[in-house]
Amino acid sequence: MEAAVKVTNIVKKFGDFEALSNVSLEIKKGEFFSLLGPSGCGKTTLLRIIAGLEFQDSGDLLISGINATDIPAYKRPVNTVFQSYALFPHLTVANNIAFGLRMKMVSRSEIEARVDRVMDMVQITKLRDREPAQLSGGQQQRVALARAIVNEPEVLLLDEPLGALDLKLRRELQFELMSLQKRLGISFICVTHDQEEALTMSDRIAVMNVGKIEQIGNAEEMYEHPRTKFVSQFLGSANLLQAQIINKGANTARIRTKVGELVMTLGPNAAALKERQHFTVAIRPEKVTLSENDKCVGPNCLPVTVEQLIYIGSETHYILKSGTETLNAEAMNIKSGSQGFDLGHTAHMHIPENGLIVLED
Amino acid sequence: MSAETIKKRRDLILSSLTSGPGIVWVCLFLLVPLISVMAISFLTRGEYGDIEWTFTFDNYKRFFGYGIFGFDPLYPIIIVRSFILAAGTAALCVLAALPLAFFISFLPPRYKGIALTLVIIPFWTNLLIRTYAWQILLAPGSILSNLVHFIGIVPEDVPALPSAGAVYAGMVCDFLPYMVLPLYTSIEKIDWKIAEAAMDLGGNGRRVFRHAVLPQIMPGLVAGIILVFIPALGQYVIPDLLGGAKTVMLGNAIGQQFGASRDWPFGSAIAFFAMGIVMMGLWLYARVARKHGEEALL
Repeated sequence: MEAAVKVTNIVKKFGDFEALSNVSLEIKKGEFFSLLGPSGCGKTTLLRIIAGLEFQDSGDLLISGINATDIPAYKRPVNTVFQSYALFPHLTVANNIAFGLRMKMVSRSEIEARVDRVMDMVQITKLRDREPAQLSGGQQQRVALARAIVNEPEVLLLDEPLGALDLKLRRELQFELMSLQKRLGISFICVTHDQEEALTMSDRIAVMNVGKIEQIGNAEEMYEHPRTKFVSQFLGSANLLQAQIINKGANTARIRTKVGELVMTLGPNAAALKERQHFTVAIRPEKVTLSENDKCVGPNCLPVTVEQLIYIGSETHYILKSGTETLNAEAMNIKSGSQGFDLGHTAHMHIPENGLIVLED
Repeated sequence: MSAETIKKRRDLILSSLTSGPGIVWVCLFLLVPLISVMAISFLTRGEYGDIEWTFTFDNYKRFFGYGIFGFDPLYPIIIVRSFILAAGTAALCVLAALPLAFFISFLPPRYKGIALTLVIIPFWTNLLIRTYAWQILLAPGSILSNLVHFIGIVPEDVPALPSAGAVYAGMVCDFLPYMVLPLYTSIEKIDWKIAEAAMDLGGNGRRVFRHAVLPQIMPGLVAGIILVFIPALGQYVIPDLLGGAKTVMLGNAIGQQFGASRDWPFGSAIAFFAMGIVMMGLWLYARVARKHGEEALL
């Protein structure tokens, strides 16, 4: 099956600034794909290039297998939900939604039927005759969504679609977007800087940084096996340690770090490692468990002091000191009251063997 | 006396102190002359050009063409001609100002100020001098006059001056800044995301302009048209100097009555009628604008 969007070696410069350097990716038909990255990483520029609102300096862009480079925005089978919604302020909700169909000279009766259907789908039928200025942020978001999907595009582009909304509404709309995408069966490409949003909604995620794609994968791959420091810290958080291989077995390796010697399972990133090689290892804070000094068993038990603890309701975050290194650990508050590891407490931390992630850089 | 009433009284005194002089000024120099003009327009001209206190509608009847010698559409024609000139001037100003205002707003910031200054500079020159300059520019045998004959805008046997074309040239030249400035202000405020949205939804260049850009610059456009149309309706120096004797406008007619003809009542009637038309137009516009919830411009 051909890709919904195929981007090959796209370069885009604004003056001296390279917004996109040699970006390639493929988005499948019917996929919810997120472009995730900090502001200025080029994710919005890539989205605008796909929309036809910006043009690449070099590289190819195929939409449904057709070279779209020379197709102007208004003829591309894609529609955009803009970050600021960009609703037409002088038109009613129904006329905003009908705009695209009017431009395509669709018959009046068909426009009416399609607008009604879409308004029903995103639950804004009651707002039909309102003007954008009379709508709340969430309602405007729905109108922007309806205005785009009524055109039945092959790809829907969403630029920070939930960025301007409050947390509760954002959660609600995340699920609505997901179910809408499944119902329509078209590809969604969503630009966001919110890692949780990307992890929740997407089939696949591309993490971008300074104009390059760092890694592409589904939520679990990206979180459990980040390949670079940037990905490990942008998606969730990670303790980074300098490490060196002491000896490498078939499935495990012994490594030396500043907190002590550790045993790790050889994950997908570790195959190429040679003995004595230096590298960085990432440890997710929630994988680190604390136990009383005498209760820790297994190879990766290390003595630590609790230097700080932050209670955040469902979890407690610990800052642990082991030698000269500090590490972050997170634990669910299963018991009520004190979790037993108070400030200044000495305990043992345990790092599971498969909780050590080898990074490439 | 309660504290409340003291405060109210103090506010009243304060507000009359601050706005009082302005109100007196407006009453004395605007309201009183206006009422006088209205009153005079219903009076009669005396033998020697003085004003006789005899109430009459004759001035208005004469203005609409019913004079002592039967129906003569002289003045109705002047009204129509003035409206055509004012509307034509406004239309030409729109055509000239739209590209200019867009061009200025697309300039890099440091050139915008220079460009706007260049637009405003003609204001610093007296209108008479600018109009006489057009006389020289369009004089027979001048480069510009040869050019218009060469291109064929004006036939070979018709002089470029005096002519309706010369009047329009002078008018547009005079009123262009009034159109450029409000338009430019509107254009600077355009939300280009909305234009992008229109393009994304299938609008080509022309339709993006019509449906996403034009509605956004409408307030500036309307303000510009009003600012040009109203003074253009009463303009008489330019038609007089560049249009010759054949192109009498409302302004010229009023001037004649107060000057050479010494018929103040009739002049007042013309003036009052012209003002009434303008007021009605503004009122209509304000009503429409309010209905659309647009910010009031007036």
